Amino acid sequence: MKIIILGGGPAGLYSGLLIKKANPAHDITIIERNPADVTYGWGVVFSDRTLASFQLADYKTYEQIASQFVIWDAIDVTYRDETIRCGGHVIASIARKLLLNILQRRCAELGITLLFNYELQSLADIGEYDLLIAADGINSLVRRTYAGHFKPGIEQGTARYIWLGAEKALDTFTFIFRENEHGLFEVHAYPFNGTTSTFIIECEEQTWLKSGLEGASEAESLAYCERLLARDLGGARLLSNNSRWISFATLKTQHWHYGRIVLLGDAAHTAHFSIGSGTKLAMEDAIALAGALEQHSDLEEALTAYEMERKPVIELFQRASRQSQSYFETASRYLRLDPMQFTFNLLTRSGRITYNDLKLRDARFGDAVDRRFSCHASSLAAMVAPPPMFTPLTLRSITLPNRVALAPRIACAARDGLPGDSYANHLIRCATAGAGLIIAGPVAVSADGRITPECPGIYTEEHMDAWAKIVQSIHKSTPARIGILLNHAGRRGAARPRVRGVDRALPGASWQVIAPSPLPYTPRSQVPREMQREDVERVRDDFVRAAHMAQQAGFDLLQLHFAHGYLLASFLSPLTNRRGDEYGGDFEKRARFPLEVFDAVRAVWPQEKPLSAVICASDCVRGGATVEEAIALARMLRSRGCDIASVLAGQTTPEGAPEYGRGFLTPYSDRVRNEAGIATVVGGYLTTSDEVNTILAGRRADLCIMEPPAPSMSS
Amino acid sequence: MYVGAGLPAGIPGADGQIVLEWARRADAGPFSSLGVVDRLAYDSYEPLSALAAAAAVTSRVRLATTIVIGPLRNTSLLAKMAASIDALSAGRLVLGLSVGAREEDYTAAGIDYHSRGRRLEEQLAELRSLWEEGTIGPRAVRPGGPLLLVGGQSNQGFARMARYADGYVHGGGPPRSFARAAAQARAAWIDAGRPGRPQLWAQGYFALGDDAIRSGIDYMKDYYAFAGSFAGRIAAGLLTSPQAIVQFIRGYEEAGCDEVILFPAVADLTQLERLTDVVGHMGRRTSAERPDTIDSIPGGVWP
Repeated sequence: MKIIILGGGPAGLYSGLLIKKANPAHDITIIERNPADVTYGWGVVFSDRTLASFQLADYKTYEQIASQFVIWDAIDVTYRDETIRCGGHVIASIARKLLLNILQRRCAELGITLLFNYELQSLADIGEYDLLIAADGINSLVRRTYAGHFKPGIEQGTARYIWLGAEKALDTFTFIFRENEHGLFEVHAYPFNGTTSTFIIECEEQTWLKSGLEGASEAESLAYCERLLARDLGGARLLSNNSRWISFATLKTQHWHYGRIVLLGDAAHTAHFSIGSGTKLAMEDAIALAGALEQHSDLEEALTAYEMERKPVIELFQRASRQSQSYFETASRYLRLDPMQFTFNLLTRSGRITYNDLKLRDARFGDAVDRRFSCHASSLAAMVAPPPMFTPLTLRSITLPNRVALAPRIACAARDGLPGDSYANHLIRCATAGAGLIIAGPVAVSADGRITPECPGIYTEEHMDAWAKIVQSIHKSTPARIGILLNHAGRRGAARPRVRGVDRALPGASWQVIAPSPLPYTPRSQVPREMQREDVERVRDDFVRAAHMAQQAGFDLLQLHFAHGYLLASFLSPLTNRRGDEYGGDFEKRARFPLEVFDAVRAVWPQEKPLSAVICASDCVRGGATVEEAIALARMLRSRGCDIASVLAGQTTPEGAPEYGRGFLTPYSDRVRNEAGIATVVGGYLTTSDEVNTILAGRRADLCIMEPPAPSMSS
Repeated sequence: MYVGAGLPAGIPGADGQIVLEWARRADAGPFSSLGVVDRLAYDSYEPLSALAAAAAVTSRVRLATTIVIGPLRNTSLLAKMAASIDALSAGRLVLGLSVGAREEDYTAAGIDYHSRGRRLEEQLAELRSLWEEGTIGPRAVRPGGPLLLVGGQSNQGFARMARYADGYVHGGGPPRSFARAAAQARAAWIDAGRPGRPQLWAQGYFALGDDAIRSGIDYMKDYYAFAGSFAGRIAAGLLTSPQAIVQFIRGYEEAGCDEVILFPAVADLTQLERLTDVVGHMGRRTSAERPDTIDSIPGGVWP
């Protein structure tokens, strides 16, 4: 085959040499627009797994690369002038220039034609080929030429960063967080030879604008960063290589091959530098492509196989990359965390590394995380500390024995609001399962506040007595605490039992549902009656009476439901509240009634017992309530004596669906907790202790709602 | 996990007698269900008609659509057809619905393609009520009508599934892609406040034997031609060896799948023989142990 490779970076060179090595009969030409010895960037990093794949792919270049490596196995995090080291992350780096030299020499040795200083204006200038490999980087001429087939999409990050070197050999990979009068700067730095390190300096756009770096010259940028990092550099100079402040562009491409053309490395995809180098991904692409060409005689099959092998890997990587990128874009929200908490949060930012991973990689670090968590929780120095999940949580005078809550969902819970025996037994069984908190609910505060006819309530003496029995039985036989989630269903009321679906209106005559505005939940739902002044007062009083009864029944914690499109949530969202009176309009007005209910309940709920609100972090619909409003609400609630906020999202309207998956609510809880400064409870399909420990130690929530494991995993 | 066999009714040129004989033999074999897929502008059998015929020549296996393109059909008529097949088969129907993926099917039916999500939403809301109320009979064998599954990969799709259906039906792919979808389905289910857990169904394609692989791949590329260069990726997922099938089944089982249906890519009875051989050797549960009603689906392992 006659193969043209566009781009003489690591991806192009490595794919060329691997393909030529497998079949020396191929006629391969690599076209590069720069001279042979010009390169941008400083060092590139590889993980131990990537190194192992290099060793298998081409031992000769591996040997030379390995002899030039700087290898380390720790990550240092410098924050608030304290440096914490976490071991077990084997990473190696090499100067990009050195890597290119090694690969160029090997290409020449194998008989590949290398054309440098060769600027292509159009693909027509390439001439005939059997296969064109586009390794021509993020601005790929090939991809742009056939954009209609490759379908690329580029997303610009909001942070700004600059890629510099420093005349200093760092010990290991180092994250540095430095604040000055303009804001927070993050540094990703690592050594790549005995004398020099890469320093990538990043900050939020606001900080960058305030710092005046927008109009700064290269020398001014360097001087600014040297002042900022004076302590870290210890007198060493920063180096520039035509470096500019830019924002990171994430490229995703729907198709990676078209006819006899295939995309490789940065031409097909990019991932944020904070989770590894693009060079690593590009060279792994080259290995996969060479392997596919060797295995399949049919070119189309080979290119399909290459795409199938690499695309899912890159997609996973990009998902983690997005998480990591967004962490660095908003890291200032974590500045109240102490250094240990901050470091754990940073290391687990992308979701790829968990609590268990860190324990395995560095047992001493893992124990320090546990100790710090316990100390924080009890304000006593702990030498013998349990994992975060088994650390007690104290809210006012109530102490939960651990950080796991169960919120059982069960069919046929009640009749006329009266919790049935099977529901009672179910709650009691859950309490013996080891959870620190059982949450009963949603429990209706009035008959017309029920979601379905099977929904439990707390609005008669009989209900109260039934709940008291359940609470007593749990307190007598287990250390678990029990909370009750009070709710008024609003326009989601009068629905059929949920065993065969939700929001299916009851047939025939049921009960009149109410809402802030007369908008049905689904097109087939009952049209609610718009609440009048007396309804507003009555509902508030129903909540107060229910809170009284909950206290009489002995509940330890009270929750109020402000989410999932029920009555109080309908007041909060602009999608469902169209009122023109004092309860509708801007955010303050929409929040007015829910806050009145909260205040009225706080006034009667005992001071020594915790009160919580279940809030909606986002309506997940354009034009709906946003996470910023949820954070504002959480701040208001905190100042009014809310001890912990439970975080949900979506369902304000049937269209509002969050991005479902394991732990899908964690990012919302993270933002509410760390921006509003309030303790949070989060669920969202958590089934393992590792997920719970990672969330808790990363300070993304203070309490987790777990789901039972799937039946096949029960033993 | 149960293992079902797909009918060759979606393969162009499949002989009617082969489709029926396939159903008979699968009923006598180690399979828990028979599956059908749906395309309109294609040389394939109408799935509910195929299942009605299969109902007449089988007595044990469940009859599952994975899936029927709901929005192409009138809802009341669909409800009645499903209730009829369910009654004729003594409650063996499993109705999987989805919006499908091919615009040409909508064009052929004269139905608007762009409002398909909303139409499916309405259908799901109405189907169950029609069965429960029994106004257009025949009377449902089980109180809530046939087991209702929904497919689709969007957040909206998962929300819709959790709001109205009994479970999720996955479109295909390696076990790891199913595992991700299963987590999404369970998360949506819990978020919706449904008791218990969703049924999770899935499907794959196979072509066994050197004589079948080539034409199997050609069928896959043709069937998924609408997907452009993605068709090649789907075709590469075709299971072409006993090991591949065994690994696929185990992978799905580990990921928590309740039932996986293996569809042929070649309409030849020797394909069913070969599949029977592979599945028979794995010794999976038979449908005799299956719970009858959705109400008896266990809700995970609450203590």
